[in-house]
Amino acid sequence: MNEPAPEFNSHRGADVSRMIVLYVAALSIALLLASTLIVLVTDASPLEVSEALYRGSFSSPSAIGFTIEQATPILIVALGSLIASRSGLFNIGPEGQFAVGTAAGGLVMFQMGGPPAVVLPLTLVAAGLGGAAWAGIAAFLKAVRGVDVVITTLLLNFVAIQVVSFCVNRYWLLQERTGGRIDPPQSPLVGESYRLPRLGSPTGFNVHTGFLLALVLAAAVWYAVSQTRWGFRLRMLGFNPLAARAAGVNLVVLGGGALVLSGAFAGLAGGVFFTATGFRVTSGVLNYGYEGLLVALISRGRVAAIVPIAIAFGALRSGGGYLGATGVPRYMVDIVQALIVLAALMPPVIADRMARARTMRVIRSAARVRESAPAVPS
Amino acid sequence: MNEIQTILGSTVRLSAPLAFGANGEYVAEKGGTLNISLEAMLLAGAFFSVLGASVTGSVVAGFVIGMLAGWAVSWVHANMSHRLTANTFVVGLTLNVLLLGLTNFLLEALEPNRHQAARIRVPLLVDIPVVGPPLFENRWPVYLLIPLIPLSWWLVNRTNWGLELRACGENPQAADVTGINVNKRRRQGLYYAGLTTGLGGAYLALGEVGLFNQNMTAGRGFLINAAIIFGGWRLGGAIGGCILFGGTDAMRLALPAIGYEVQPQILIALPYVLAIVAMSIFAFGGRPAALGKPFERGVK
Repeated sequence: MNEPAPEFNSHRGADVSRMIVLYVAALSIALLLASTLIVLVTDASPLEVSEALYRGSFSSPSAIGFTIEQATPILIVALGSLIASRSGLFNIGPEGQFAVGTAAGGLVMFQMGGPPAVVLPLTLVAAGLGGAAWAGIAAFLKAVRGVDVVITTLLLNFVAIQVVSFCVNRYWLLQERTGGRIDPPQSPLVGESYRLPRLGSPTGFNVHTGFLLALVLAAAVWYAVSQTRWGFRLRMLGFNPLAARAAGVNLVVLGGGALVLSGAFAGLAGGVFFTATGFRVTSGVLNYGYEGLLVALISRGRVAAIVPIAIAFGALRSGGGYLGATGVPRYMVDIVQALIVLAALMPPVIADRMARARTMRVIRSAARVRESAPAVPS
Repeated sequence: MNEIQTILGSTVRLSAPLAFGANGEYVAEKGGTLNISLEAMLLAGAFFSVLGASVTGSVVAGFVIGMLAGWAVSWVHANMSHRLTANTFVVGLTLNVLLLGLTNFLLEALEPNRHQAARIRVPLLVDIPVVGPPLFENRWPVYLLIPLIPLSWWLVNRTNWGLELRACGENPQAADVTGINVNKRRRQGLYYAGLTTGLGGAYLALGEVGLFNQNMTAGRGFLINAAIIFGGWRLGGAIGGCILFGGTDAMRLALPAIGYEVQPQILIALPYVLAIVAMSIFAFGGRPAALGKPFERGVK
């Protein structure tokens, strides 16, 4: 039995602690930058700001419920983005798929009559299908014309916003008739009985069942990507498409399928938001899609990390509403969020760089040993 | 006649910010960077030019500060994704969020004064009937495009630096073997994009409006990406795309005022649809082969 080469295994344990140090350092720098901005530009102190954020997000059962409510669409989008990124495709269009999903759900909700037990599930299914179809355009163009998925999904975001805007400006599609002189560009309100049921007391801890759906999806996604043959092939495709093809993977079906599936998740997130939180289709940009994408990317493909990070993003949203009282513009939340994302990108990249430097040292010292060794007669 | 002049005039004003950005993005994309933080660069240029003019009292200084702000965004982007290896799209998206938040935040906290670039009349040419006034009586920064466009083209297509840059966009592994520092060239391409896009943002705010409004770029950065694709990665085509998209926007704003009905949603979506169609059907050969792919030595 050979002993394992010490250079390549001895730092395994050190890796974890090094990563923790790097993450703590990067996040501290981000928060330090945000604090500096608060101190320089406003009259408030960073302590007041974090207190306000805490009050809005975690201080009471109802605040926690509100945080979870904000986190749910982000979580569902992120689960879809995880599937796409496992396959090596970069779906940058969850925002558009979310919007189209909302509109598709709205069409079923308001155009189809029937009891809630029928309409509500069909609304969610339609939302998922809408998102899947929107991602499907990119998958189709990739399969048929080889067009870059990054570019198409990016551009389709802006088309999607106009598609939704078109729908909520047409009475025959989604626009509400209020009887006033000018109707705002929005759909009617979802009726009480057609909303996703809620758990808990209205004044205390209170979440909608969409969050439970998100948790079930999280478990399903974890199982599918890490325990099934499909998940293994997906990862193979992501790491090395040529090897995957040689192993008999149909690149178009598997890759395109992952893209469409991630679109379905984003669309479903739109449907959940529509039936649980928003209750209207509007043409505004809600950013749940972009945030979900970022959550998936900074969690580096781990479902176990996606859930808490999505909740943290939800907390920034729910806490942001409480910033007004401190006199700090609520846009501070966007700044904090962006700085945290940038900081969270750094540790793996820096660790990677350090590992490379280490490998180079090993190679160089090996080369020196060879040079100093006596020449082998040939 | 008057309507044509109005539409032509606003086409110039709406195309110019895109054209400034397209110059830089053309250079960056030739080097292999698919840069989606143009929105952040435009916002930075717009806000900090107004702030700079307000602090220094000089419009020219405002423009310089706007350019530097755009460059600062590109510096962060370039060093995170072309020195370290953070995913360029994540960095780009996040910078957009950051700059939108930062400019909104600073706008509430600081209140910059109003400054605006002067309008100039180009002698003789302005007397041409119909097209004279809309083309030759504008705020002076528009005319910076006249030297900028040939400069960008010359840099990419006629200099050693441009040859190396294009090599990094087409085949970074080969470029690396010949001794070109791929990521350095890509960083430099991005810096150029930051400078010109910052200038475009400064033109948008300080040049045309004199003020900064919340989210005043409203997605124009992505319109620049669409123009580059629509133009098939040729500078002339990209500038043509900017004029077409600016013109579409001008029509959308002007036509209802003179009694025509338009479908605003279709007109707003048109540039993006055109870019997707153009990429799917023609305009395929010009795409740098390694566009959007990170380069790391020893990793294929």
